[in-house]
Amino acid sequence: MSKVKVAIIIPCFNEQDSVLNLYNEIKSIQYSSDFLVEPIFINDCSTDATKTILFQNNIHHINLPVNLGIGGAVQTGFKYAFKNNFDIAVQMDGDGQHPPSELEKILLPIVNNNADVVIGSRYISKEGFQSSWLRRVGINYFKWLNKQLVGVIVNDSTSGYRAINRKALEIVSTYYPDEYPEPETIILYALSNLNIQEVPVVMRERQGGVSSIRAYKTVYYMFKVTLGTIFLYIRLKFNAKHSKL
Amino acid sequence: MQNILNYKLQIIAIVFTIAFMYFIFRLIVKGKLREEYSFVWIICAALLLLFSIWRNGLDVIASLLGIYYAPSLIFIGALFAIIIFLVHLSVVNSKQHKQIKELTQEMALLKEKLEVKEDQK
Repeated sequence: MSKVKVAIIIPCFNEQDSVLNLYNEIKSIQYSSDFLVEPIFINDCSTDATKTILFQNNIHHINLPVNLGIGGAVQTGFKYAFKNNFDIAVQMDGDGQHPPSELEKILLPIVNNNADVVIGSRYISKEGFQSSWLRRVGINYFKWLNKQLVGVIVNDSTSGYRAINRKALEIVSTYYPDEYPEPETIILYALSNLNIQEVPVVMRERQGGVSSIRAYKTVYYMFKVTLGTIFLYIRLKFNAKHSKL
Repeated sequence: MQNILNYKLQIIAIVFTIAFMYFIFRLIVKGKLREEYSFVWIICAALLLLFSIWRNGLDVIASLLGIYYAPSLIFIGALFAIIIFLVHLSVVNSKQHKQIKELTQEMALLKEKLEVKEDQK
């Protein structure tokens, strides 16, 4: 069996404290199956030493000349992975919340052909870092919204720790939401008839930097994601034949 | 006296409208305004010119539409036009946003390719 090429896409914006640790951690893992794992850091125009650290340590990275935000940065990685014939792309936060030691858990369902999209969820087994109550309220709301629209139940729809296969890669390299893409893409995957699976994953508290979702932004977040989700649903459901997304 | 004053106002209106039209045309000629955006301004200027020459026009149209106070037709018309134009600008903005994103990504990917090639040399 030939090796499965896995791209780990790590968007980072001002993550100077965590990128090197994260890189070393990914490199030090022993995989049971034949994975060829390549971490790719997407530097989203960081204003701190992130770029220098990536360059000096000879870490494979892509520098965005203009700050695109999380969605645009992750999509750059997806485009890279798709063009360079990777079999699986994993999305991992640059702040160290997503432990690389859990990587195999989210890769295996795809390798075994059980799923097209695997979401690492911290709410299935309730282990590790569980985040704030406000975020949990939001997550329950998105769980409800997704269930109503596409009938898919995802417990941790805001989780950015995901693995996708080439079928899903093709879709997200043509369309990916700019801001807060995670809950929205569940609709995108579900309506593209992809098989979504959630696996329990233990997450850590962030090691450095600031979360992209602050308390005062929560209302905006909920509103934006609801709008995005509903419009994406309408677009895919009713314009499917002549829409390019 | 009243008559002359009214003509004065009309002449001023016509002069300003023509100056405005000239300004728009200059911008297009210089390439500072794309034709598709100048369209709405040319129509605006043409309407202004029409109503500065045809002085009773506003009253005629207002009474046709059943509007008792003719100047309110101006406000309604102007507001409507402004809202439509703002929506148009938002659409243009969204399109450009998407284009910039795609260009940025393409450029970043190409740069990465180039760096990898140079490293191999």
